[in-house]
Amino acid sequence: MREGVSEKLARMSTDEQVLLRPLVETSRSFYIVATLLAATTLWGVFAYYSQVRYGLGLTGLNRPEYWGIYIICFVFFIGISHAGTLISAILRVSKAEWRRSITRSAELITVLVIYWGAVQPIIDMGRPDRLLNVFLHAQLSSPLMWDIISIGLYFASCTIYLYVPMLPDLAIIRDSGIKAPRLYRFLAAGYRDTPDQRAKLERVIGVLSIIVIPIAVSVHTVIGWIFAMTLRPMWHSTIFGPYFVMGAIYSGIAAILVAMVVLRRAFGLQQYFKLVHFDYLGRLLLLFSLLWFYFTFAEYLTAFYGGEPGEMRAFWAKLTGPFAIPFWTMVLGCFVIPLALMSRRSTRTPRGTFIAGIAVMIGMWLERFNIVVPTSVNPRWEIESIGRYVPSWVELSIMAATFSGFILLYMIATKFIPIVSIWEIKEGREQSVQEVAERVAEYLPDSAMATVTEER
Amino acid sequence: MARWGMVIDLDRCTGCAACEVACKSENNIATVSPEQAEMGRAISWMRVMAELEGDFPDTTMQFYPRPCMHCDNPPCIRVCPVGATYIDDEGIVGQIYARCIGCRYCANACPYMVKYFNWYGPEWSQSERQHLNPDVSVRPNGVIEKCTFCHHRLQKAREDARADQRESREEDYQPACAEVCPTGAIVFGDLDNPSHRVAELKEDPRVMRLMEELGTQPKVYYLRPRE
Repeated sequence: MREGVSEKLARMSTDEQVLLRPLVETSRSFYIVATLLAATTLWGVFAYYSQVRYGLGLTGLNRPEYWGIYIICFVFFIGISHAGTLISAILRVSKAEWRRSITRSAELITVLVIYWGAVQPIIDMGRPDRLLNVFLHAQLSSPLMWDIISIGLYFASCTIYLYVPMLPDLAIIRDSGIKAPRLYRFLAAGYRDTPDQRAKLERVIGVLSIIVIPIAVSVHTVIGWIFAMTLRPMWHSTIFGPYFVMGAIYSGIAAILVAMVVLRRAFGLQQYFKLVHFDYLGRLLLLFSLLWFYFTFAEYLTAFYGGEPGEMRAFWAKLTGPFAIPFWTMVLGCFVIPLALMSRRSTRTPRGTFIAGIAVMIGMWLERFNIVVPTSVNPRWEIESIGRYVPSWVELSIMAATFSGFILLYMIATKFIPIVSIWEIKEGREQSVQEVAERVAEYLPDSAMATVTEER
Repeated sequence: MARWGMVIDLDRCTGCAACEVACKSENNIATVSPEQAEMGRAISWMRVMAELEGDFPDTTMQFYPRPCMHCDNPPCIRVCPVGATYIDDEGIVGQIYARCIGCRYCANACPYMVKYFNWYGPEWSQSERQHLNPDVSVRPNGVIEKCTFCHHRLQKAREDARADQRESREEDYQPACAEVCPTGAIVFGDLDNPSHRVAELKEDPRVMRLMEELGTQPKVYYLRPRE
């Protein structure tokens, strides 16, 4: 760190010192990890180049397995992106005070992961050169068009929802002069934190956090509908919309927890990501593991009870057939492990939530695999069924690149953006403690407001 | 307005697959290597499916020639984001190869699995190249293709009829599979025109359609085997 910068940092408050340090100080291990991730991402770019050059024949896809890893990753990554927006918006709207230190890292996941999800169907296209046809010849009857519209809206609103609450922090960095003065002068957009600006900011955040909720719900509903609108066994189901939204939030919470554990360690944020945060988010994860079981049980029981032959082929392929391993691993990851760990206070710790979070993410990836592949290889037209899918090196490389690309982008972002919202913590210290006391007093009979004020 | 359709008499089908070969040759369908075919990437707009019935040794082989069903209510069309697959006024379901973006949604939506994807660009040997049908466009890498009821023959039939200044007749427009079938199992024509054989055959008591219960309203009818 340069001399001037460390002096400037020393003059700031403790919150600012801790949270701005990663912006000006980078460890060696950061560079090593970033290099490895960048290499993996470049390898994936090469794999995609080969695919564009020779054709989708380089994948393991075939007839009837028309969709594979790319579509699985599409659903998975867009699902993860529900982390930030929904969680942070819902916590803001419900005035949950413990949200203050976790909203920023969550919203950042949303915005950065959404590219990697949205790009998957383009990678999956036979003719990416004709991408603009979706605008030139748009057919609104296609669920894919619904998807383009809702993901577009979602992307725009999430980016605004990340950026607007970041303004006061960007202004703090600009005023401190610790890093790239021009960049932050531009990004802070003239924000001076006057009482008038602050009031407007809060109002915009309030409106945004309500708007993004229905948009986020629509995104994963529509992704579920892509499958549900076809007549295929185990896809053609009305539960898919809500099931996908629930699954998306579930994997999103898992992603936040994993990110929080890593950030806490890497940047020494023990004071910001406290045990209480892991406890609360762990309870939320527990709730969703139960919801996941409920939805999955409802889906499979309905298919089983009807006993339609086409459905039953896909059903048994998952439960006892060739897909039994991914199916039961999914049950383990999405239900057994998180339920066991999150139902006890002693394991709702950073370590416990980290294990549960990883298990849920693996389980949720497998859930999408279990939706896409077993139905694809078991079409209704039985005598045509060939039923094999082995992903090729191209698909696996692109998947690895997607994961590493996202993590790399997130790491780089932590070098430019305070990963915990400085002004919201400050606001919490200065105003909210009193506000919450007043609010609680207000809930009590005889509106104890007056008493509280008198006592003070 | 004609409503083109097909009736296939399963009693007459011997499973010779002449329809398959004629279709490939007529429509410039690219051949793929045995390894690719093994992976499930062969393209066959018309396909003779075989089903073994009964237990050994009392078994019979039942053959089902399966072209595109040219549904009146085609599930493939609604899901296409760019309108590359369409149904025309005369009920033929077609594909615009130059517009298709290769998302394969239609292929997933089709319950009959008749939409084929070009996993690689087509390759022909020099000798094959000389036999390509100039009336049918070849398909590039990365798009979906499908049976068109030999739509190009309809255009030719119309032009011929106009040149001779007469109404077009049933025999003017026959797809390659129907033309070549040695037992006459495949009958093609206008389902709404009483002078065409299909109009009568589709009223046969043996008639059935594939997966009719899905509401796709296929225009390919089958006559069940008698015994």
